[in-house]
Amino acid sequence: MRGGSTETMSIAAAALDTFPKLVRANAERLSRQVAIREKDLGIWQAYTWRDYFERSRRIALGLASLGFARGDKTAIIGDNRPELYWAVLATQALGGVPVPLYQDSIEKELIYIVDHAEARFAVAEDQEQVDKLLHVRAHCPRLEFIVYDDSRGMRAYSEPGLLSLAELEERGEKFAVGHPTYVDDEMARGQGEDTSVICYTSGTTGSPKGAMLSYRNLIAMARIATEREGLRPDDEALAYLPMAWVGDHMLSYAQAIVAGFAINCPESAETVLHDLKEIGPTYFFAPPRIWENLLTSVMIRIEDAAWPKRALTQAFLRLAQDLERRRLNGQPLPLLPRLLAPLGELLVYGPLRDNLGLRRIRIAYTAGEALGPEIFVFFRALGINVKQLYGMTEASVFVAVQKDGDVKLDTVGTPMPEVEIKISEAGEVLFRSPGVFQGYFKNPEATRQTVEDGWIHSGDAGFLDQAGHLKIIDRARDLGRLADGTMFAPKYLENKLKFSPYVKEAVTLGADRPYVTALINIDLGAVGNWAERRGIAYTSYTDLSQRPEVYELIQQEVVRVNRSLLEDEVLRGAQIRKFLILHKELDPDDEEITRTRKVRRGYIAQKYAALIEALYGERDRVAVEAQVTYEDGRTGTIRADVAIRVVSGEVSAR
Amino acid sequence: MTATAGPLLEVDGISVRFGALLALNRVSLTIPRGEIAAIIGPNGAGKTTLLNCISGFYHPYEGHIRFDGRDRTHLRPPDVAALGIARTFQNVALFRGMSVLDNIMTGRILKMRGSFLLDAVWWGPARRQELEHRAFVERIIDFLAIQAIRKTPAGRLPYGLQKRVELARALAAEPQLLLLDEPMAGMNVEEKEDMCRFILDVNSEFGTTIALIEHDMGVVMDISDHVIVLDYGRAIADGTPDEVRKDQAVLDAYLGVAHD
Repeated sequence: MRGGSTETMSIAAAALDTFPKLVRANAERLSRQVAIREKDLGIWQAYTWRDYFERSRRIALGLASLGFARGDKTAIIGDNRPELYWAVLATQALGGVPVPLYQDSIEKELIYIVDHAEARFAVAEDQEQVDKLLHVRAHCPRLEFIVYDDSRGMRAYSEPGLLSLAELEERGEKFAVGHPTYVDDEMARGQGEDTSVICYTSGTTGSPKGAMLSYRNLIAMARIATEREGLRPDDEALAYLPMAWVGDHMLSYAQAIVAGFAINCPESAETVLHDLKEIGPTYFFAPPRIWENLLTSVMIRIEDAAWPKRALTQAFLRLAQDLERRRLNGQPLPLLPRLLAPLGELLVYGPLRDNLGLRRIRIAYTAGEALGPEIFVFFRALGINVKQLYGMTEASVFVAVQKDGDVKLDTVGTPMPEVEIKISEAGEVLFRSPGVFQGYFKNPEATRQTVEDGWIHSGDAGFLDQAGHLKIIDRARDLGRLADGTMFAPKYLENKLKFSPYVKEAVTLGADRPYVTALINIDLGAVGNWAERRGIAYTSYTDLSQRPEVYELIQQEVVRVNRSLLEDEVLRGAQIRKFLILHKELDPDDEEITRTRKVRRGYIAQKYAALIEALYGERDRVAVEAQVTYEDGRTGTIRADVAIRVVSGEVSAR
Repeated sequence: MTATAGPLLEVDGISVRFGALLALNRVSLTIPRGEIAAIIGPNGAGKTTLLNCISGFYHPYEGHIRFDGRDRTHLRPPDVAALGIARTFQNVALFRGMSVLDNIMTGRILKMRGSFLLDAVWWGPARRQELEHRAFVERIIDFLAIQAIRKTPAGRLPYGLQKRVELARALAAEPQLLLLDEPMAGMNVEEKEDMCRFILDVNSEFGTTIALIEHDMGVVMDISDHVIVLDYGRAIADGTPDEVRKDQAVLDAYLGVAHD
């Protein structure tokens, strides 16, 4: 099945129906090749596929010594660490099911998931996570054992069932004396149809749901994607997205094992951009948030540069973006810019790519929320092969991906091989593939609502164009009409707003209203920098957000968005008439956005009802109080007087 | 490390005078091994003067300071440091133009043995030695979670992080006794919580004895094993946080006077 493989290998592949079996095969086939690197104490430590299997086996023996039974669940929580990926494999080797959790979850969320998943074991990165789990255990009596990797600060803990990874492996060694073939025997009992992982989706509404994916689901989709995209064992990826997100589970775990490439775990969450530079990955998966951050960091540095440098850089960037836009639209490329492009590569694009750590990229994806077209063009213009990926947890990620050389600006590409897509009468995107999940854990009701005759209801509104590209317009239920019937696509507008480095998050409103309005979150880094350069003093985020100068700045961005809407026949009527700048950042701890940074509209509409009413009223200021939740669960209140700005004069077609 | 059984630090009736001002008036205190002791008191009570005596900056005109069982009253700061006492300062005192890493490396200077020639060509023992020191410093960087700022010049860091780097430099000297002069001054709640955790972790991981000066009473009561209260250069109370909290002399002199 895999490119260039011999006959014997494809025969062997038939038996490799679980990840533990695949890793064991990698340990033989690619024994000396690096599987995982981790930056520890400032140095990149490498582990081969043999290490990967051996360490997982030791952990599995340790778990077995504690009485791990088939079907037991292991909650996994922490930053991306080799030990945590090994704990995932160890759990699977024993016929258990790993349940990765978001490491920045607050206790309330953790209690819900650990209890719902019936986790009996937990593997945590460090003291911070252990503290949370110990509190969780008070509410979830099923949770018996907590294993931790980093023993710093753990000396004084004497809770029952709490042990370090080193102690666990030591127990495993003793256990292995009496049961030398235990792990291999358990591995042999595993089958492709078994549940491989339960990924809890953060969900923009209601409680999280646990999507059960089988080995067959994940391995099939990992193979299909690996073949279509041409991934190789010498590829390098950065494992930095939350392990609980299915995107990381697919790329850093399933695909890395299937294709045999290496993943790299950054030193800490703060060093990711630096580590990106050191590793120079060839395969890179980033949600729009990361691309926006990268763009913002570039923009800030350009603005800080001396004027000749700035002018040169901006001129070449404009040129490249213009060329790329024409290329994406299939228009002819003018001669002069084409002749200048190699110079731009030498002076601007190459150095910039290198500086961002994206020089070696062969394939880069953006997924989750849609990436603003301007951001998309920016990176492609630099010569980085960024592609839209359309996927869902319930589909084992891959549904559609833009093909190399066949990228269109406004679509998410063509369906992956073996994926069928159809559009329902209501305009909703439905699909069917080998990756379609087994259902939601202990929630047949939700499963029935999502899957019908094997077809998954994506909840997205979209259509297939003549060339077979899938175009997503919006969430089916978000797509709205103004009171006068004009079509209004909130996410589309928000992405346009978020192209501005000054706008961090935006929420637009307008369904059944007379006109469109926006709630805007400024980017503290970019706006703070902008204010500093202009000598505008501010004391806090709230203060900065309400400065009249900042309102002026954001107004220009809103006018830019309104102007760009003119190009679109359907959406032309839905220009932003009024906006306000929120006095606090939307935060997952306050449940305003999900952990994957999706805006929770319903919740925001409720929480900021007073602000929204004011946007549709006559007032130009409104006083608000907002509750904020700290990571330890305590709450505080922020008060502010928020200004409302009318965007003067609707932009109309010339 | 000498394994004497007695307390790590004994201060016995020391007095310091600046002109007509009696900054310390026969102050005595004892800090047992492995303890976190807090020194509190209103402004000008003599807290920093006391710390300066312990670290050899000032010398008392009467009384004795015994460290690890031996009289150390008249040592100079470098000798005190060599004994295993490290400190941080009330106003951050880092090399502003040097990277965080280099700043912490300076904390290792007393542990470095080398010849000028070997260091100059960076060969043999000199190279090995530097690698060992660097590895140790990396452990501290990991411990205090400052990996992301390793190469940043210290002067460009926000205040809270500078404080953390100062702690890192003090730890690099592998002290037996760590003196912290207002480690949480000017920090926000989150930074204070981080710093508390680091202080507790240092104490439990490395067994380092810690003496700290702090104004935030909440912090002091939470993390200290033992609290010493100074007022007008005299030690007016000495006991567990609970005992001190109830002490009438403290209520009158410290809490009462300071907040009127």
